[in-house]
Amino acid sequence: MTTTGTDRILLAHGGGGQLTEELLRDHILPRLNNDVLAELGDSANLTVGSKSLCFTTDSYVVKPLFFNGGDIGKLAVCGTVNDLAVAGAKPVALAMSMIIEEGFEFAQLEKILASIGEGARQNDVAIVTGDTKTVEAGSADKIFINTAGIGVRLGGVDLGFDKIAVGDKILINGTIGDHGMTIISQREDIKFQSQLSSDCAGLASLTCRLLQESGGIRFMRDPTRGGLAATLNEIAKATGLSIEIREADIPINPVVQAAADMLGFDVLNIANEGKFVAIVSSEAVDSCLEICRDHPLGKEANVIGQVTESTDTPSVELATKIGGRRIVQMPYGRELPRIC
Amino acid sequence: MLERIHNAQGLIDSACRKLGRQINIMEVCGTHTVAIFRNGIRSILPKTLKLLSGPGCPVCVTDQSYIDIVLQLADREDCLIATYGDMIRVPGEKGSLETRSAKANVKVVLSTEDALQLAKDNPGKTVVFVAVGFETTTPATAVVVKEAAEQAVENFYILAGHKLVVPAMCALVSEKNHNIDAFLCPGHVSAIIGYGAFAEVVDAFSRPCVVAGFEPVQIVEGLAEICRQLADGKAQLKSVYKAVVTETGNVSAQKAIAECFEPADGYWRGLGKIPKSTLRLKDKYSRFDAFKRFGLIETPSEDTTGCRCGEVLCGLIDPQQCGLFETKCTARTPIGPCMVSSEGACAAWYKYGRDKKT
Ligand code: SF4
Repeated sequence: MTTTGTDRILLAHGGGGQLTEELLRDHILPRLNNDVLAELGDSANLTVGSKSLCFTTDSYVVKPLFFNGGDIGKLAVCGTVNDLAVAGAKPVALAMSMIIEEGFEFAQLEKILASIGEGARQNDVAIVTGDTKTVEAGSADKIFINTAGIGVRLGGVDLGFDKIAVGDKILINGTIGDHGMTIISQREDIKFQSQLSSDCAGLASLTCRLLQESGGIRFMRDPTRGGLAATLNEIAKATGLSIEIREADIPINPVVQAAADMLGFDVLNIANEGKFVAIVSSEAVDSCLEICRDHPLGKEANVIGQVTESTDTPSVELATKIGGRRIVQMPYGRELPRIC
Repeated sequence: MLERIHNAQGLIDSACRKLGRQINIMEVCGTHTVAIFRNGIRSILPKTLKLLSGPGCPVCVTDQSYIDIVLQLADREDCLIATYGDMIRVPGEKGSLETRSAKANVKVVLSTEDALQLAKDNPGKTVVFVAVGFETTTPATAVVVKEAAEQAVENFYILAGHKLVVPAMCALVSEKNHNIDAFLCPGHVSAIIGYGAFAEVVDAFSRPCVVAGFEPVQIVEGLAEICRQLADGKAQLKSVYKAVVTETGNVSAQKAIAECFEPADGYWRGLGKIPKSTLRLKDKYSRFDAFKRFGLIETPSEDTTGCRCGEVLCGLIDPQQCGLFETKCTARTPIGPCMVSSEGACAAWYKYGRDKKT
C-alpha cells in the first residue's frame, strides 16, 4: 500500500500532479537513481567528449487521436522538441517508436505519419531511427507513440533551479489551458468545442532565439500536465522560494475560460503543449518580452509574476482580479468534471 | 468591474460596522464555495463577516448508505454503473469506485444521454445511472427516463438520489443551535426553480435570501445586499442575477421533473431525515427504479471514520476544525465526501484556503 491507500496504479498517477511525484519518488528513483536522473529535468544533461548534450523521452497517449490544432503525431514531435528546448538545447534528432493496435486503420496512420513529418520539418529535426510494434486488438488503445530526442546545449547557457533568485520575473509566452481544454471539450463533446484549438507547437525556434539574444534567463519549463500550477509549484518546492502571480496578467482565451468554468476546472491546472514558463532576471525581462512578442509563438507573451522570499513553507500565491489573494496548490493529478 | 467590487465592499464594510457583531452568511451552493475561494473573496471581507459553506454540493450531501449501495451494485457482474465523475472517489466502507478492482464496470459519464447510450450499447448488462444532484441535474435525468420509456430500453435503471435545496435550507434554520444569519442562494438551481421558491425561507424564518451568479462581482454584490438587509433589520428575497434567474424559473424543466418524480422523505449526510426533500420516481416510471429492481432500501448508516462532513455542511464547524483535516484527510487521501468532491467545502479549503486569512 502507498500513501494513496491503493495497491494499484490509478489514472491520477499519470496526471502530472502529486501522485506522479510520488510514483517517481517512492517507486522509480529508489531503484534507478543516478546523478543525472536525480536532477529530474525535462531533459538529461550529458557531456560526451567536449559536447554538451540534452537527451529526453516522452510517451504520447491521447484521446481523441485527432483534435483541433493537432493530433498525436504532432504532439509526439513537439512535446519532445519542447523538453529539449526548455533545457536550453537546440534539438538535433528524434527517435520514434509506435505501438499499434491490431485493426487500426491505415488511413489514420497515414494522417498521423504526415503530421509527424510536417512537425519534424517545422522544428528542423530529423526522425533518425525508430521502431514499430503491433499488439492484439484490445491490448492497446489504437496507437501509442514514444519519441526520444537529442539536442546540443547552446553555448554559454546555464539553466537550473539553483539560478533562480528573489526578485526574478515569471514570463509565459501566451495563453494557458488551450490544449487541455480542447482535448477535454472534444472528449466530453462540449458544444463550443469547435472554437477551441490546442496550442500544440514546437518551441525551439523561440527559446533558442531568446537564449541567444538575451541574458538573464535562469530557468525554463513547459507547463504540460498539471498546467501552470504544477510547474510553478515545482519551482517553489525546488528553490525553497515563493512565487506570486497576478491573475489579471495571465493570458487566457475567453472560450477556454468559459469551458473551464462550465466543467468546474481551474485553468491554472490545465495542460499546455506550446507554452514555456521562463524565470528571468528583472533587468532582462523587458528585452525577453520583446523578443517573445516578436515571434509567432509569443505574440501574447506576458510577465505574470515574480519570485519572492518565502516566509515558512514555499508556496505559490495568486493575486486575484478583484484584489483578493489565494494559494495555488500542486494539482492532485486528475481533474474530474463536476456534477452541475 | 473593480469599481463595482469596491462599491460593494464599501457597503459591506459600513453595514458590518453598523451591526457591530459577527454575522454568518451561508453560501448554499458548492459552485459558490469554489468561486469564493478561487477569487480570493474571503480575503477582501471584514473579519466580522463569516462565510459558511452550505449543503449545496451534491456529492457531499449524499448519505453514506446511498454510496454503499452504489458500491454494492458495482460489485455485481451483471451491472454497469454510469456515474458523474465527482462520485467515483467518494469512499465507502470498502474503498471507492475508483480504487476498486472491478472498475471496468464503472463508467464516468458527463450526461444522462451518455448513460442511456451505455445501456443501448450493452444490452447484456443492467446499466444503473447514479442519479444525484439538485434541481440543476434532475431535469436531465427526467428527460432520459422518459426517453428510455419511449424507446423501451429494457436494461436501463436509475438510482434516484436527487435532492431539493429549499427543504434543506429550512431544515438548517429549524435546528436550535444553527448560526445562520442569511443565505446566498445558488444561481444555477434558481434558474430552474425561480427565486420565488426561497420565499418560504424568508417568510417562515426571517432570513435574507439573495440569489447571485458565479462571477466574483455578483457574489460580492450579493453579499453587500445581504449585509444591507441585516444592517437595516430586514429579511427580503432578492436576486442580483437578473439576467438568468426569474421569479418563476424554468417552467418546462419543472414540468419535466414533475412528470417523472415526486418528493419523498430522504436522508442527507449531516442533516439526517428531511421531509419531502428528495425525489423518487413516480409509479408510472417505477420500472426504471434501481431500488425496486434490486430490492434495495436506504437505511441511514453510521459514519465510523471520524469525518465531520455533516457538521461542515451545516455550517457548524470549519473544515480546519475537523481533526482529520490536512493530517489524515487530504486531496490525495480523502476520507469524507467534502474532501472528495471538487465542490466540497473541505476540498476548497484544502486547495485554496490553507495558511491564509480565510
Ligand atoms: S476534513 Fe475530511 S474527514 Fe474532516 S470533515 Fe472534511 S472530508 Fe470529513
